[in-house]
Amino acid sequence: MKTYDAIVVGAGHNGLTTAAFLARAGLDVVCVEKNDYIGGAAVSRNLYKDWTYSNCSYVCSLLRPEIFRALELHKHGLQITPYGGSVTFLENGDYYGSYHDEEVAYREMARFSRHDADAYKSYSADTMRQCRFIREFLLSTAPDPTSFKPGDIRELVKIGKKFTEMGEDRMYETIRFWTMSVAEYLDEYYETDVIKASFSGSGIIGTALGIHSPGTAYVLLHHYMGEVDGNVGSWGFARGGMGAVSKSIASAFQAAGGEIRTEAGVDKIIVRNGKATGVALENGDEIEGRLVVSAMDVKRTFLNCMDEKDLPEAFHRRVKNFKIRGSSGKLNIALDGLPTFPALPKGSSLMHSDMHFIDSMERMELAYDDWKDGHWSEDPYVDMLIPTLNDPTMAPPGKHFMSCFVQYCPHQIEGRRWTSEERDAFGKTVIDQIAKYSPDFKDLILHAEVRTPQDIEDEIGITEGNIFHGELTMDQLLFNRPVPGYAQYRSPVEGLYMCGSSTHPGGGVMAAPGANAAREILKDLKRSNTVPENFGDD
Amino acid sequence: MSTRPFEIQEVHQGRLQSPFHPRLAELDTLNTWHTWKGYTSADALYCEDLEYFAIRNATAVFDLTPMTKYRISGPDALDYLNRLVTRDMAKIKPGRVAYAVWCDDQGQVIDDGTIFHLREGEYRLCSQERHFAWLQAATIGFDVTVEHETENVAALAVQGPTSYSTLSAMGLDLAELKPFGLTHVDFEGSEMMVSRTGFTGDLGYELWIEPGKAIALWDALFDAGKLFGIRAIGTHALEQSRIEAGFLAAYMEFLPADETIRSGRSRSPLELGLDWLVDFKKPNFNGRRALAEEQRRGSTWRLVKLDIDGNKPANHSYIFAKSKNNKSEIGFITSASWSPVCKQNIALGTVRTPHGKPGDSLWVEIYYQREMHWNRKMAHATVVDKPFWFPPRRSATPPGPF
Repeated sequence: MKTYDAIVVGAGHNGLTTAAFLARAGLDVVCVEKNDYIGGAAVSRNLYKDWTYSNCSYVCSLLRPEIFRALELHKHGLQITPYGGSVTFLENGDYYGSYHDEEVAYREMARFSRHDADAYKSYSADTMRQCRFIREFLLSTAPDPTSFKPGDIRELVKIGKKFTEMGEDRMYETIRFWTMSVAEYLDEYYETDVIKASFSGSGIIGTALGIHSPGTAYVLLHHYMGEVDGNVGSWGFARGGMGAVSKSIASAFQAAGGEIRTEAGVDKIIVRNGKATGVALENGDEIEGRLVVSAMDVKRTFLNCMDEKDLPEAFHRRVKNFKIRGSSGKLNIALDGLPTFPALPKGSSLMHSDMHFIDSMERMELAYDDWKDGHWSEDPYVDMLIPTLNDPTMAPPGKHFMSCFVQYCPHQIEGRRWTSEERDAFGKTVIDQIAKYSPDFKDLILHAEVRTPQDIEDEIGITEGNIFHGELTMDQLLFNRPVPGYAQYRSPVEGLYMCGSSTHPGGGVMAAPGANAAREILKDLKRSNTVPENFGDD
Repeated sequence: MSTRPFEIQEVHQGRLQSPFHPRLAELDTLNTWHTWKGYTSADALYCEDLEYFAIRNATAVFDLTPMTKYRISGPDALDYLNRLVTRDMAKIKPGRVAYAVWCDDQGQVIDDGTIFHLREGEYRLCSQERHFAWLQAATIGFDVTVEHETENVAALAVQGPTSYSTLSAMGLDLAELKPFGLTHVDFEGSEMMVSRTGFTGDLGYELWIEPGKAIALWDALFDAGKLFGIRAIGTHALEQSRIEAGFLAAYMEFLPADETIRSGRSRSPLELGLDWLVDFKKPNFNGRRALAEEQRRGSTWRLVKLDIDGNKPANHSYIFAKSKNNKSEIGFITSASWSPVCKQNIALGTVRTPHGKPGDSLWVEIYYQREMHWNRKMAHATVVDKPFWFPPRRSATPPGPF
């Protein structure tokens, strides 16, 4: 039987990224995937006639440009196009638009508050300062503060230097920022409820916390630190849907000689004499490998696919306690035509932007309360987009695809599995909320895929369907992600590595965990590094 | 919720037009415009060089309506301003104008601007940037009102040696108006404020009026200026005269401190040569403690005015302490121009202390392109103390009919 140099478990974008960099270093790599399609949660799915759904992740910003460039993803079919702005509809019939053009954005803010319009610049500078602090560490391994290894010390010194360079006041600011709530952060700049509500969404997307929960300011940052072509904070669409990201990385991997096996779900990671030696598939087959790299989340890897006795007790307990709670659902809708939003002026550029339907901080917090009670939000925070206004490839001409990300939606209803009636009722809640602002919307729906966190877990395999493979709170970031002492992509088992979003720097279709893991593996194998350095100061 | 209960006007999506725009558009032949705080503003209208000489030789009219303006009033207006800015505003009596800077708590400049003491307890603050959030936050503890009034006031700069003659021909008696003075006059039934201020370093005035009277004012002004060579100008000509006068510009000589992201990219007033604006005799103002500490320990940067050998403008150049040793880079140029009126190659720059004392010899690395090819030249530069251009007419009171 053939022995591969490396087996990567899970053909999501991170698994494929690790696989591609290992293959480029000359390793014989196989990537196994339980579904009959690749991509994990970065997929384009054809579920209704000629429509293509980005049915999990739906927009792209965090994908590291260094990785795009190193893997030459443009040659493998990936194209990212920026889109701009957002709009929040108010219950009184008004709307607050955030425009791409700086002056138009200013005027619109000043329509609500001159104070807020003028505060935006310092808000933006303060947020960008935090972005710059963290961005440099995305494409590198988080140093262990307890380690005396030269590499760790070098990185720690670098962090310390960047930190102290900020100056006293900004150091205080930074420490506060990393632990405060998004509501408190926004209160420091803005006075208008709808403006705060509009900005606060980025602090809770994918997170089982409310806008007043400590740590949510960082989550906002996580959504700001991406870029499109050097425009930090910009978001874009992958042409052809998010599956184009995974497909292009897969193509780069295969071009380097890699092999992908679909419908090859892993039942167990095989450990012999304390060393990972391969995987046992659900169909009974076994694949041997000199090392195994798991792109699955940390709970699925260690709690579902391994024997407890192969793991140190403390590590096992930490993994069990890792917070990876399901809090987001998704609706993917095929539309017979473009719905109208009467609040918006005819031809408004805001039709191309993110749309939201919660106009106050109180409603944002109430949406979280429902989740705590084990229910989906009666009045949810929806991040809705119509990608087909920018991407002609995803629906027939004149028809549209609508992507609705929904916060909050629990993994289970009061601790038990969802019924299909409940799933329908959840979908109806979202559709009703949008229909309040778009009277012709319901009549245009041809097909709707409703996905609860439970569905995402069942299909993709992510524990509780948590989009980040674990929450992005300070206790689970950097050298704490996923488990202190194991934040450098190695596990307690020799030959077993982690490369999914449970590892630093976390989720969001960045491909950085996958690339960082490949760098560490190649270091252990004493192979030359194929993983790019970050572009540096920006 | 599906219908609109009230009509919501979509905010204007394009550039705004100042109330003077129709007249500027009539005079414009080049069609080269840029955006200034959301407004359409001319780079030049017919010829940059001729427009520049209108400033130095006749009367130049520049539309400064997009300039950010705030009205500050109330019983505590003076105390409020005194905490806000570094200089002593008690010395600025009604009818006077003060150039001022304001800082954050670290003593770093947020912006510079002019403060017009319109009447007892009533001020107008004009600045490049918009600061309403900051100005409002600073009102805490004061009985003072801050109102944004950019759109409510149309403004023209009338600059140049014949500007006094032009305005006199318009019927204004400005003989006694000293530099940095202001007066209120009647214009067709509306109050017009006239200040002897400007951004050109020459004899000149600024006129401030309600937008509804803008066109009438323009027409009266141009009618009066016909025999005095009056011309409308764009930003490029103004910028050239601004450097000659040695004035600072936000985003050129400094960045607003609240918008800087990287550390060390902001500047203190002491680092900008504005020590004369910092009055430590005031017990309390924003940034005082940090500035006192900086004064004690010394500044990191110094703004320099440079007289550079040769005639190649030194835009974007590095500044060196020595001509041969490139490791001795000590700063960079922030604004540069050939000065047609001084026939000098001039620049403003920022250098690390202790370099840059008046009289110091420095070197500037100039790159210039001739027929596609690039050339490099190390040019000698002398640090000068005074503005490059400071004609006696700028301060003559009464001004002559130059």
